Amino acid sequence: MEPIILKYQVDGSDFSMAGEASSSVKKTLKQLGFSPDLIRRVAIAMYEGEINMVIHADGGEATVEISQSGVRIILADHGPGIKDVALAMQEGYSTAPDEVRNLGFGAGMGLPNIKKYSDDLKVETELGVGTTLTIQINT
Amino acid sequence: MEYFHSVTLDTDRCHGCITCVKRCPTEAIRVKNGKATIIRERCIDCGECIRVCPHHAKKAVFDKLELLKEYDYNVALPAPALYGQFNNLSNIDYVLTGLLSLGFDDVFEVARAAELVSELTRQILSDPGQVRPVISTACPAIVRLIRVRFPKLIPHLLKVKAPVDVAAEIARKEAAQKTGLPPGRIGVFFIAPCPAKVTAMHQPIGMEKSELSGVLAISDIYKPLLAAMNKIEQPKPLSGCGLTGISWGYTGGEATALLRNKYLAADGMENVINILEEIEDEKLRDLDFVELGACVSGCVGGCLNIENPYIARTRVRQLRKYMPVAGSHMKDFDLVPEAYLWNAPVEYDPVMQLDQDLQAAMRKMQEIQRIEKELPGIDCSACGSPSCHAFAVDVVEETAKMSDCLLVLKNRLKDIME
Repeated sequence: MEPIILKYQVDGSDFSMAGEASSSVKKTLKQLGFSPDLIRRVAIAMYEGEINMVIHADGGEATVEISQSGVRIILADHGPGIKDVALAMQEGYSTAPDEVRNLGFGAGMGLPNIKKYSDDLKVETELGVGTTLTIQINT
Repeated sequence: MEYFHSVTLDTDRCHGCITCVKRCPTEAIRVKNGKATIIRERCIDCGECIRVCPHHAKKAVFDKLELLKEYDYNVALPAPALYGQFNNLSNIDYVLTGLLSLGFDDVFEVARAAELVSELTRQILSDPGQVRPVISTACPAIVRLIRVRFPKLIPHLLKVKAPVDVAAEIARKEAAQKTGLPPGRIGVFFIAPCPAKVTAMHQPIGMEKSELSGVLAISDIYKPLLAAMNKIEQPKPLSGCGLTGISWGYTGGEATALLRNKYLAADGMENVINILEEIEDEKLRDLDFVELGACVSGCVGGCLNIENPYIARTRVRQLRKYMPVAGSHMKDFDLVPEAYLWNAPVEYDPVMQLDQDLQAAMRKMQEIQRIEKELPGIDCSACGSPSCHAFAVDVVEETAKMSDCLLVLKNRLKDIME
């Protein structure tokens, strides 16, 4: 069976809009009858990803593929890229600017949380070109 | 499952406008053949449609004072919100004495039971093993909302009966002891601010059965009560609650009574849904308690009140002036601790789910996506559904047809004409 595909533009200029895509995905997953645990993991991982796109990359595109075995979230941005992926995966490491930290973001838990809540995480990044996260969450 | 609802429609008054359709938090209303219809499984009796209907076509079903005749002894259980409905009220005893003039033999303030619930909640929160944040269960519309939309939050619900149910239990017991009558001959009536409480009596959540004999509306007894109160020369000293209890009448009252700082209190359906989403996504981790009310300002905002919620709230707050902190304590009542607790499980009621079978649900979702592409996407609701997306779902569920969309129909006609 073909997966269900949802596509979103993540607006990079506005924090108040971050989370809209994950909220919409959550609604769809509930309508489909996925388990609360899967929905929770998808919502958290996707929200963290969306926030990252707003903080670091001025937005991007989110594509969600829903199949019977699980959910794949592809977050693609055209931001500066990640210099050191291994470092970025460490809890507490953050390059978020101060004004973002003052809003309560930038605790350096974004990527570590995405990894924690997903079954597989692929980070493809090129400096000056952008970053694509592929997050797989299985039922 | 049979669904009882207090919220109903007066078809003569309904113009078939889409005001209620748009505002319903569970997308439970459709306009069909020019009249609103309520999808019974989805309605949570929050009363939002009653509040917004410009033609007063949405109504609440509640009991009438005549029902008192069916019992040998009747006790009134006034909601704290009732105290906010009167201008220049200096003493709650006027209201309580007035209720006796209406035919009640005794009163037991829901505010007193609220103080007991606060005491028990404080004990529950002192247990470090408790799932946090604990979510208040005093507003039945919120409990119903969580049951149909937020299954993951069911373990967060405070498994303590609502103050009115604790009050009903105590009132019936005390009346039976006092009169020697069998408990079944005693009528126990809630004087309620909202239709959700009527539904909660007929179809309790977390309890096998309600102890209430009936639920009367504040708006329905207001006129005779006011007349009775005006005749009182010396009110009887009936009130036994403190400021903790009456503060439950408005948002924040329940939460502040817990004497903890890490709480959040929110009201109004839109805010409540946002907060529930945040808790669900684990964004509000360091809170102990979350108080949520469907109505703006809390129970004083219920659609069966007379007074504006902000005015009522100010009045209740002013009544607190010379009151003790709490007038009632658990040790003063002869109830076993279990009597305060829920005694029936609460389960997820997946009314928004497209199909029980995942594959079938996915097929429907794909069909919905295909239909949505054909729709104008302007959410005009002329079809009678709350949005183009909801309409696409209705088409797939075969409760609506494509030609119900005026713009689709217009384009089809245009094609024929050309």
